[in-house]
Amino acid sequence: MSNVKKELAVAALENGTVIDHIPTSALFKVASILDLQNIQSSVTIGNNLESRRMGKKGIIKIADVFFPEIVLNRIAVFAPTAKINIIKNFKIVEKYAVEVPHDLIDIVKCKNPKCITNNEPMKTHFEVVDKENMVLKCHYCERCLDKDDIELK
Amino acid sequence: MEKESFVSITTLTKENILSLLRDAEYFEKHPNHKVLDGKVVATLFFEPSTRTRLSFETAVNRLGGRVIGFSDPNSTSSTKGESLKDTIMMVSNYVDLIIMRHYLEGAANYAAEISPVPIINAGDGANQHPSQTMLDLYSIYRTQGHLDNLEITLVGDLKYGRTVHSLIMALWYFKPKFNFVACDELRMPNEYKEFCDQHNIEYVETTDFSEEVINKSDIIYMTRVQRERFSDLMEYEKVKNLYTLKNSMLEGSKENLRILHPLPRVNEISYDVDNNPKAYYFQQAKNGLYAREAIICNVLGVNVRKELDNE
Repeated sequence: MSNVKKELAVAALENGTVIDHIPTSALFKVASILDLQNIQSSVTIGNNLESRRMGKKGIIKIADVFFPEIVLNRIAVFAPTAKINIIKNFKIVEKYAVEVPHDLIDIVKCKNPKCITNNEPMKTHFEVVDKENMVLKCHYCERCLDKDDIELK
Repeated sequence: MEKESFVSITTLTKENILSLLRDAEYFEKHPNHKVLDGKVVATLFFEPSTRTRLSFETAVNRLGGRVIGFSDPNSTSSTKGESLKDTIMMVSNYVDLIIMRHYLEGAANYAAEISPVPIINAGDGANQHPSQTMLDLYSIYRTQGHLDNLEITLVGDLKYGRTVHSLIMALWYFKPKFNFVACDELRMPNEYKEFCDQHNIEYVETTDFSEEVINKSDIIYMTRVQRERFSDLMEYEKVKNLYTLKNSMLEGSKENLRILHPLPRVNEISYDVDNNPKAYYFQQAKNGLYAREAIICNVLGVNVRKELDNE
């Protein structure tokens, strides 16, 4: 029985979205970006699971929900390694890696206390100026954020 | 008419800049040109700045427009907690153009996004002050006859001085060569040196405001070294007089050299320089009027030179 999938620690989905290979430190940020708290169908979240590629990983399975790709790409800011599996009838019908979008609307908080976005009820807007090193630039105050400074709004 | 705000110097193309400079040149010859007859302009100063406000209001008046607005944020409803959005939406009902100064960075960009009428940024915190940059460019253009391949020396507070930062960003189209003269505490930030590297702009960094640097410059742009910028006041006492320009230092300077300063000055330019024909800072402030007339017409879609051709 060597071909039994040992890593199937979380129940299989009939229909829905699986987000795999999430860095363990980013799992709850991903959950927050996708607003999983307000999803009514069953959601399974696993963290610190064994991964051949990553050592430890996080995984999220959401039944009966199919997000637009543009929504899923938002998680790339924190989880650039994440892979999306679209499941229909217990089969993977589509599989792709998330891609960092050019613009991040209302996802990240600006670090500059004198930025208008921290003083006015409004959406934040960042442009990704360096995809490799995840450098973001505030569309309003024009300050740059490094990878380590990125915080969820 | 297409709504076109004037928020940041970095979004202007070389053609935009040259076109604005030619318009400013026109307004220097004809400062009173009533193209804004029947238009109302608001000047909203959420942070006081008398110099900038008077310059803008004069520009509107000389163009034949009318001005409403406030110069003291304490007299407005923002002290009652009204959001910037609400203020902009309210004022834009009344006017054709809003000229805004704000203490928060990015405020102008946001206002331009939400406002149905164009916005001119008259300074947003430490971020942008593009009309200052245009008047600086016009002063360089006016005194040198062109903007290309000039050697420009920036002196004083290069760390916090947003005018020098914007000038670097605006001049890159014209292949300048820079000398950055500042003490270690107020050096040019890496961000702008990287900008120069990326755009193949030559620069030399030095702490020594020497005659050698002065004698090869086409433009010397002086800035104020402010006491409050120093964590160590001993250091301030040490450097405050190192970056003062005196008339005797200009003896071997180039004939076409002009000295600029965004004003107000304190002691970084001695009073004995004022009578030197190379001192240009008072005319520079005057050029603010022409540059702002050009910006206002541009934003409102008034083509000044086309009208001139038809005359």
